[in-house]
Amino acid sequence: MSDQTSQSAPKSMFARAWDSDFAYNFRRTPVAVGSAFVVALLVLSAIFAPLIAPHNPFDPASLDLMNGFTAPMAANEFTGDVFWLGTDDQGRDVFSTILYGMRISLFVGFSAVLFAMVLGITLGLIAGYVGGWIETIIMRAADVQLTFPAILVAMLIFGVAKGITPIEHQDKMAIWVLILAIGLSDWVQFARVVRGATLVEKDKEYVQAARMIGRGKGIIMLRHILPNVLSPVLVIATISLALAIIAEATLSFLGVGAPPTQPSLGTLIRIGQGFLFSGEWWIILFPSVTLLSLALSVNLLGDWLRDALNPRLQ
Amino acid sequence: MTLLTIEDLSVHFPTRHKVFVAVNEADLTVEPGEIHGLVGESGAGKSTIGAAVMGLLERPGHIAGGTVSFKGEAISGRDAEAMRSLRGAKISMIFQDPLTSLNPLLTVGQQLIETIQFHLKLSDGDSRKRAVELLDRVGIPLPDERIDMYPHQFSGGMRQRVVIALALCSEPDVIIADEPTTALDVSIQAQILELIKELARERQTGVILITHDMGVIADTTDKVTVMYQGAVVESGATEQVMGNPQHDYTKSLIAAVPRPTLKVHRFPQLSYGGRSIEFHIDDLARNWQKPEPSKSGTLLKVENLTKTFLQKGALIPSRRKYFKAVDNVSFDIRDGEVFGVVGESGSGKSTVARMIATLYETNGGKITFDETEVTALSSNRDLEGYRRQIQMIFQDPYSSLNPRMRVDEIIAEPVKHHKLLEGAAIQHRVDELLDRVGLGSEAGRRYPHEFSGGQRQRISIARALATQPRFLICDEPTSALDVSIQAQILNILKDLQEHLGLTMLFISHDLPVVRQMCDRVGVMRQGQMVEVAETEELFANPKEAYTRELLSLMPKLEGLSTEGLKDEIV
Repeated sequence: MSDQTSQSAPKSMFARAWDSDFAYNFRRTPVAVGSAFVVALLVLSAIFAPLIAPHNPFDPASLDLMNGFTAPMAANEFTGDVFWLGTDDQGRDVFSTILYGMRISLFVGFSAVLFAMVLGITLGLIAGYVGGWIETIIMRAADVQLTFPAILVAMLIFGVAKGITPIEHQDKMAIWVLILAIGLSDWVQFARVVRGATLVEKDKEYVQAARMIGRGKGIIMLRHILPNVLSPVLVIATISLALAIIAEATLSFLGVGAPPTQPSLGTLIRIGQGFLFSGEWWIILFPSVTLLSLALSVNLLGDWLRDALNPRLQ
Repeated sequence: MTLLTIEDLSVHFPTRHKVFVAVNEADLTVEPGEIHGLVGESGAGKSTIGAAVMGLLERPGHIAGGTVSFKGEAISGRDAEAMRSLRGAKISMIFQDPLTSLNPLLTVGQQLIETIQFHLKLSDGDSRKRAVELLDRVGIPLPDERIDMYPHQFSGGMRQRVVIALALCSEPDVIIADEPTTALDVSIQAQILELIKELARERQTGVILITHDMGVIADTTDKVTVMYQGAVVESGATEQVMGNPQHDYTKSLIAAVPRPTLKVHRFPQLSYGGRSIEFHIDDLARNWQKPEPSKSGTLLKVENLTKTFLQKGALIPSRRKYFKAVDNVSFDIRDGEVFGVVGESGSGKSTVARMIATLYETNGGKITFDETEVTALSSNRDLEGYRRQIQMIFQDPYSSLNPRMRVDEIIAEPVKHHKLLEGAAIQHRVDELLDRVGLGSEAGRRYPHEFSGGQRQRISIARALATQPRFLICDEPTSALDVSIQAQILNILKDLQEHLGLTMLFISHDLPVVRQMCDRVGVMRQGQMVEVAETEELFANPKEAYTRELLSLMPKLEGLSTEGLKDEIV
């Protein structure tokens, strides 16, 4: 069979990707296609929020306090304006705040996972390939980290960072501190998985062959081992993304995350819960539903990815 | 009465693109007391037949046609419950890997007794007695005591005996043994095959012995069926098929088997199924920069080489336990010769190769290459010159190439690292090498998974040749390959020695292969070099008892046809 395939001409990258078993598996799994669609829809609408959103909730000039507490799809009794998902107490359009809030949630989520991933992969590769006391230090540090709940670690980092930043910069720094806090509480699982995969790969003969050529440790780790340990990392990264978005929402809900001037989904939910029992249900419901669909579809996508990349289940 | 009859059996595996026909209208019968060999190369469908008979086909595979009958009664197409009463009871199976066939959490006694009670409905005491008898029957010493041990407390050969005892629990009429000795050393392999022969004779059990090894077929079976790409190509009495094969495929297969008693110049190129390949190592010689031969005539000298591995770590040095993998080994390799090292698994032969390859550090002793003491060089930079001149071909073609690198990148890597060539000259060298090993330069744009095992091993060879080395370490280069592919690779290696003047260290457990390849041979056992001699001398007059034992265990293959080899016999 392989004799035949090696005779035919190489196909284009796209055709190869479309034809691969991986893409085929994706096309055949309705849950994967559905959740990928939801994720793509939410991510795109977050990216293009300035074009889609009817209002800019951060521009005080576009706000009219008279529009406060307008119910979804109902005309405001003073101005006659209609808002799809209603408005909050300050007259901000809920739909627009969700779009802008999702931008912040997704930005924090992606950046935190990226940060955790880079840190975790680097430490995991070094621990797995170099071994010895370096490995012991890295992996024990990981174990210690795991004994604290991630949210506690994030809050601690957040608190310390807040304490050392001057008050006038705090709002601007908040997002970056959030990324650092979530990223630092999340690197352990990347490091563990990469270390495990590295231990398997480093005994394979292609690594021995590279060592025989005289390749140094750095090149072997980056060019030979890293590309071969990435598939499990991809799975964890997806599931971590959902967790990071939720962690950000949790921190913001607790009031230690995104500031009210840059409200994320979590901040919106915190604002909304104050109105839950006074009848303005839409202020909390719609941001919550958005957060739920985002986290759920990312998670489902991660689940599918884990199954699709697991050779034992194929 | 015929025990098992397989008629026109077809097994299909529908895949995304097409239906893969694993077995195509195969016929086979097993009589009481008969050992029926099923031989073929990987992908021939021999294991699939075994799985189909047992009802163990993995989805989406299914029997698409034909019948399997046991004592005249059709058993294929039965429902799962009915199959279960037959499978294990009347038909048992022995798998290749004794380690994974046993449950590591139960003692062998518990596993045997459970099976005996399930099938024979005996009381606890009787079952235990029966289990002890069975262990005794399969040659386990002190069965009374060993019955309460766990599988990990048994050696590989002993474990396979336990697996056979397990298969005998239900007093089956037919045993299907799928590569029962492939994972074992030669000495243990011989004992297990002897045991299977005895059992067949004494209990009148019919055995289907699935193997890729012609030596096992020739020495053990009464009848043989040869399969090629899912179809039976030839079937008959073993002596007849081996000695006077009729079908072209059988002929080509037999011609590719390395003989312990004949030395051939080159293996005949297989012509069956369009699988012959063209390679032109002699063309490579024109651009090959041959270095000055070493003055002493000795290229590599190994003196008192020792390697210990940490067996049990501890904080206090005196509590640590070490295992001596290589113990005071000395030999030298002359310029231009192929030096073989043979030994069973755990003899330390691969460890020696890895020390020479600088993959392991030594714990004592000296390695000298062309008058340079390699073991005295410590930094990577000092070793560069040595590393350029030595290259290695690994055992497993599936793990020795980085799956995420393109083939041309893989071959170019050593050239780039040693800065031997620049720019377009690198691509030119890669293309030439791929061409010469018979893959064609367009193969460079593909990834390793697109190639078969034999093709990958040729990519490995191309990579090893990229730096124009003087010395090649081959660590079991063909043991993972089919016999016809092995013949191709061995021919290439022979060409490398002849046309490029390469010196080689050839590590193998396979004595007939060593006889074909090597000028001189060293025999290793438990980390020590037992004997070093010229190959012909070693095979004719072995000095040491261990060498004699190894030679006596080697399949003789005297009944095999020598047709097609005549022009090549040296």
